[in-house]
Amino acid sequence: MTHRLYSLLAASMLLLVTFASLIWLADADFFKSIMAFFKGAFGGRKYAYLLVTISKAALITGMAIAALIAFRAGLFNIGGEGQLVIGGLASAFVAINLPFGGPAGIFLVLLAGMIAAGVWAIIAGIMKLWLGVPILVGTLLLNYPARYIASYFVSHPLRDISSGMPQTHLIEKSLWLPLIPGTRLDIGFIFILFVFCLVLIYCYRTVGGYEAKMTGLSIDFANASGLKTKKISLETLALSGAIAGLVGAIAVLGLHHRFTDGMLVQPLYAWTGIVAALMVSLIPWAVLPAGFFFAAIHSGASGMERTADVPKEIAIIIQGMIILFVASKVPTAFNQNIGDGK
Amino acid sequence: MLESIFDPAFADSVARISIPILLAALGGAICHRAGVFNIALEGFLLMGAFMAVLGSHFTGSATWGTLSAICGGIFMALLFAEFHLRRPGDPIVVSIAINLISLGLSTYLLRAVFDVSGVFQSDQIQKIALIDIPLIKNIPFLGSFFSGQSLLFYLSLAIVIFAHFFFKYHQLGIWLRAAGENKQALEAGGVSSKKIQFIALILCGALCGLGGAQLSISNVGLFVENMSAGRGWIAVVIVLVTGGRALPLLGLVFLFGTIDSASLRVQGFGWPQQFTEMMPYLASLLALIFVCYRKLKFEKNTRGIRNV
Repeated sequence: MTHRLYSLLAASMLLLVTFASLIWLADADFFKSIMAFFKGAFGGRKYAYLLVTISKAALITGMAIAALIAFRAGLFNIGGEGQLVIGGLASAFVAINLPFGGPAGIFLVLLAGMIAAGVWAIIAGIMKLWLGVPILVGTLLLNYPARYIASYFVSHPLRDISSGMPQTHLIEKSLWLPLIPGTRLDIGFIFILFVFCLVLIYCYRTVGGYEAKMTGLSIDFANASGLKTKKISLETLALSGAIAGLVGAIAVLGLHHRFTDGMLVQPLYAWTGIVAALMVSLIPWAVLPAGFFFAAIHSGASGMERTADVPKEIAIIIQGMIILFVASKVPTAFNQNIGDGK
Repeated sequence: MLESIFDPAFADSVARISIPILLAALGGAICHRAGVFNIALEGFLLMGAFMAVLGSHFTGSATWGTLSAICGGIFMALLFAEFHLRRPGDPIVVSIAINLISLGLSTYLLRAVFDVSGVFQSDQIQKIALIDIPLIKNIPFLGSFFSGQSLLFYLSLAIVIFAHFFFKYHQLGIWLRAAGENKQALEAGGVSSKKIQFIALILCGALCGLGGAQLSISNVGLFVENMSAGRGWIAVVIVLVTGGRALPLLGLVFLFGTIDSASLRVQGFGWPQQFTEMMPYLASLLALIFVCYRKLKFEKNTRGIRNV
């Protein structure tokens, strides 16, 4: 116990030293930066920054859930970014062309994002099962085509020429996600909370969730027990992709109201989600606090950039270091030999 | 149309574009052979590219820039070694973390040290000198491929040939392969496999650092945020496809270099930029599918034999 305490202490000290020297490099005041960090993450007038953190946390948690579902089934889907982008693009496309708005319209747009991203994720599954391409590399390499396809659509066919940016037209107001009264927070985070609850039930209480976990722990055992592992893998990937697509659709309808080139890639939502899921070593309920934790780091860093002149990329460095320390404490989150393409 | 793509300048650009990927892939190959599943090549490369610009800017010398790039690559490799070899971190998780740290650190330092965001360019950045080879440069087409390149080009070609024999005959090369293929045998022979893997990682870091230097202070002479832009991942795919063998690796890298620079050329014919930029990634996906499918079929066909 004392040993664990010491190593925790040492890790925190090292993090703090890195943090301090980075701030020193940026010529900023240490205590002012710390204050700016907490204010940026949780403070602001009428807790405005806290609300930003919550809406960011919703997107990151969503991506973490998407990663978690695939990982626990032994499918190393690190193509969340591509699925997120495709989902966002599809939902923006449907939202622009939809003749009606209101709840039914919003439902349709979200569904479109989920279906498109699910199909995108299944491509990697097909490559794995029938062509033997490792999931890890297959999903990763699909990120780039997704990024460029989206970039093409928003700079050519769907482009809003008058805005001068590579982005689509603004979506009809009736399709925007409604705001929580009295705040600037949209209801997107409620959708994510709902999905989170469903996923908890799926992981802990359903046969399908148990079978997916079994496939992840030992695919040979699952096969020997008569499970249709191919079908389970494809379904799990589709589910994982669909959740990523939902996150993309929520970002489009709630946060940005249009699709701008790079808006889902640049903030590293997908990678942060993966890191959040790994940090809690794939414990389903812990994904929510982990997502909130990383969202707080990111918006705290934005606060430091605004008031203390510390570049916000400090969040990415801290995030990487945290995951390094956690990874060294939790040897393997995966029992599968994913790297060999097995 | 074909003549306007394949001119001497094209041969030159194939060579220039290929070197960073070649160096990174060589580093990856060493790790692959030594049984370290290293998919942090992207991060190593990016750190090398940034440190090259940093060193070159502050010392005004390309040599120091290149050396600092090597140090940058080795630093990230040490981080990898600490968390994967000395502590029991999962290589994939450690790789993801290192890629994030490289991206964050290079962008952060770009803004903290140079006070710019996006692109950093200055007159003080010295580029690596190009070498003209007297007779070869007069050969049509191939001349501009083999002559007038940076020192790193010739160095990387030499390393490929060296690596081929190194893995086959050199004591360390054989130990490296043993660490990857049969750890227990190596340990039984009295050699620590962790030590061998550590050496492999350091070599990989140094090679990726060199690749980064080529990327930033030879090809262009400036640094852009996230400059490696997926090249490290392409190198990872090449390593997986070739199984870390040096000569096939060289061929595949030049194939990618050709596709990449051809895709730059066809932009001139009015193809959307996004489709041409996507081509290297699609090509690596296709190569991967081809190799994996053959392996899958081989395993299926020989299942009966191997089970006997």
